[in-house]
Amino acid sequence: MNGTVKGAPRRRRVFPNADGSRVSYEVFSSQDIYDREQERIYRGPTWSFLGFEAEIPNPGDYKASFIGDTPVVMVRAEDGTLAAWVNRCAHRGAMVCRHLRGNALTFNCIYHQWSFGTKGNLQGVPFRRGQKDATGMPKDFDPAKHNLRQLRVESFRGLVFATFSDSVEDLATYIGPEMRPFVERIFHKPIEYLGCTRQYSDSNWKLYMENVKDPYHASLLHLFHTTFNIFRVGMKAKCIPDARHGLHSIIYVAKNDEQNASEYKSGNIRSYDDGFKLEDDSILAMHQEYEEVTTNHIQPIFPQLVIQQIHNTLVARQLLPKGPDHFELIFHFFGYTDDTPELRRLRLKQANLVGPAGYISMEDTEATELVQRGTASDGDLTSVIEMSRAAPDEQNTLISESLVRRFWVGYEALMQLDGTLSGAAA
Amino acid sequence: MLPETLLLRLELMALSDLYTSILDNDRLEDWPGMFVDDCLYEIIPRENEEMGLPAPVMLCDNIRMLRDRVVALRHANIYEKVAYRHMVSGLEFTAAEDGTITATSSYVVVNTSLAGFSEVYQAGSYRDIIVRTEMGLRYKSRRCVFDTLKVQTLLAVPI
Repeated sequence: MNGTVKGAPRRRRVFPNADGSRVSYEVFSSQDIYDREQERIYRGPTWSFLGFEAEIPNPGDYKASFIGDTPVVMVRAEDGTLAAWVNRCAHRGAMVCRHLRGNALTFNCIYHQWSFGTKGNLQGVPFRRGQKDATGMPKDFDPAKHNLRQLRVESFRGLVFATFSDSVEDLATYIGPEMRPFVERIFHKPIEYLGCTRQYSDSNWKLYMENVKDPYHASLLHLFHTTFNIFRVGMKAKCIPDARHGLHSIIYVAKNDEQNASEYKSGNIRSYDDGFKLEDDSILAMHQEYEEVTTNHIQPIFPQLVIQQIHNTLVARQLLPKGPDHFELIFHFFGYTDDTPELRRLRLKQANLVGPAGYISMEDTEATELVQRGTASDGDLTSVIEMSRAAPDEQNTLISESLVRRFWVGYEALMQLDGTLSGAAA
Repeated sequence: MLPETLLLRLELMALSDLYTSILDNDRLEDWPGMFVDDCLYEIIPRENEEMGLPAPVMLCDNIRMLRDRVVALRHANIYEKVAYRHMVSGLEFTAAEDGTITATSSYVVVNTSLAGFSEVYQAGSYRDIIVRTEMGLRYKSRRCVFDTLKVQTLLAVPI
């Protein structure tokens, strides 16, 4: 498995089929591939989600985060603009910002007290001019050349993204015409940040990406609804990829238009009398707050955001790789600033559905960890991703792995893993 | 004759020990009975608690939700069998005139995986409101405010 990217030409392809229906297991555990992802994806032509503007409303507010495995900090500058920089002192490389969140107009590296402004500009170097017999910094030392590594930052509807790339298109274009209306659907009015929960999984980040693009598993792995005899009636489904690269996507489950909204007052559910019943089914209530009554909106914006609306619980999940066989998932919960107290209570109650202890989500990391353990030893074997392969344009069913295949095609376009097979010699 | 506060301390420790024994010995069905009907049970990161933000990992605002959680864990959710060991210490409490007791204590939960590795799964603080009922002391509110930044893999069984 080692040395599959660098060095000698590959013996075989990572993606034997052009349609993404076969994926070599090595992509989930190879350190070389992980390192290449950092370069070609996270520090490449992509925009990475860092958080909400609502998390840093005031000048000096900051939050420490990551793009891939590079520590970065997003900051609200004195002039109200957004800034982001790599959390690494320009002097000797120490992390400058040591807290997860806070407010500061100056960031001092503790090691030698080099100080930086909110936008990452170097402001002060102790003893720069020397002292007594000490000469200090050389005359050609130019502070302007030793700022923190500054990143491009943009916000779309209050979602803050940053990129290392000078060439990637603007954020709205990057999100793209297929995905933008769905982002706007959720972020159509001001939000209020409600806090986050963090989950750590011993599996590769792409296994989670596959999971949020895989509606096929939903009713089979997550047995909460079936156990409690909860049947959704007359739902319609959509699975839409980004048309350019297939890396973003949405899975969307909504009620049929012709059905009367009044049927849905009790949470869009019916249950039989036999078997188990929820004693408190308010956890599945639905307060209609969008044009369409939707139970599920699961929208990955590659590479590190998944926008989620499940019933009335709203989350921006941030997916962070932590080496080939670990990832962290941060659930940023939010509501709207104009929530009634009742609606806010419902959102928090429905937090029980998602997150690390979620009734309909806790199995996801269990499944990705089983794949990690199952695939670690045989990198040259492949997944089989065939469901609905004969109908690649079918978007109205949940019995499909089409989004997963599209993801791998887009991933390979960025990674060029098989390019080293023939391309290396060229 | 023991002083009243010492008696109360013993009663609270007995309550806490029973709670620990129920969770550490897979007696989940007995867990909701530790609470009054109109109760609150919550697991929340300290990170949120300190910022005054409400997002929970688990939140039950009545005993029916506790029983639903148990049924889901027994029959719906899929997770690796849990083997918790709770260590609880540092009990502090005050009793109001109406008998309501406010208590805090520290906890560490060690979990042992199927493969046999024992690891600290969560460290935190119980923040309790305890009331006296005909059945004895019961939790009116038990909030688990945890220091551990991340939940490893998933959280199925209550803390």
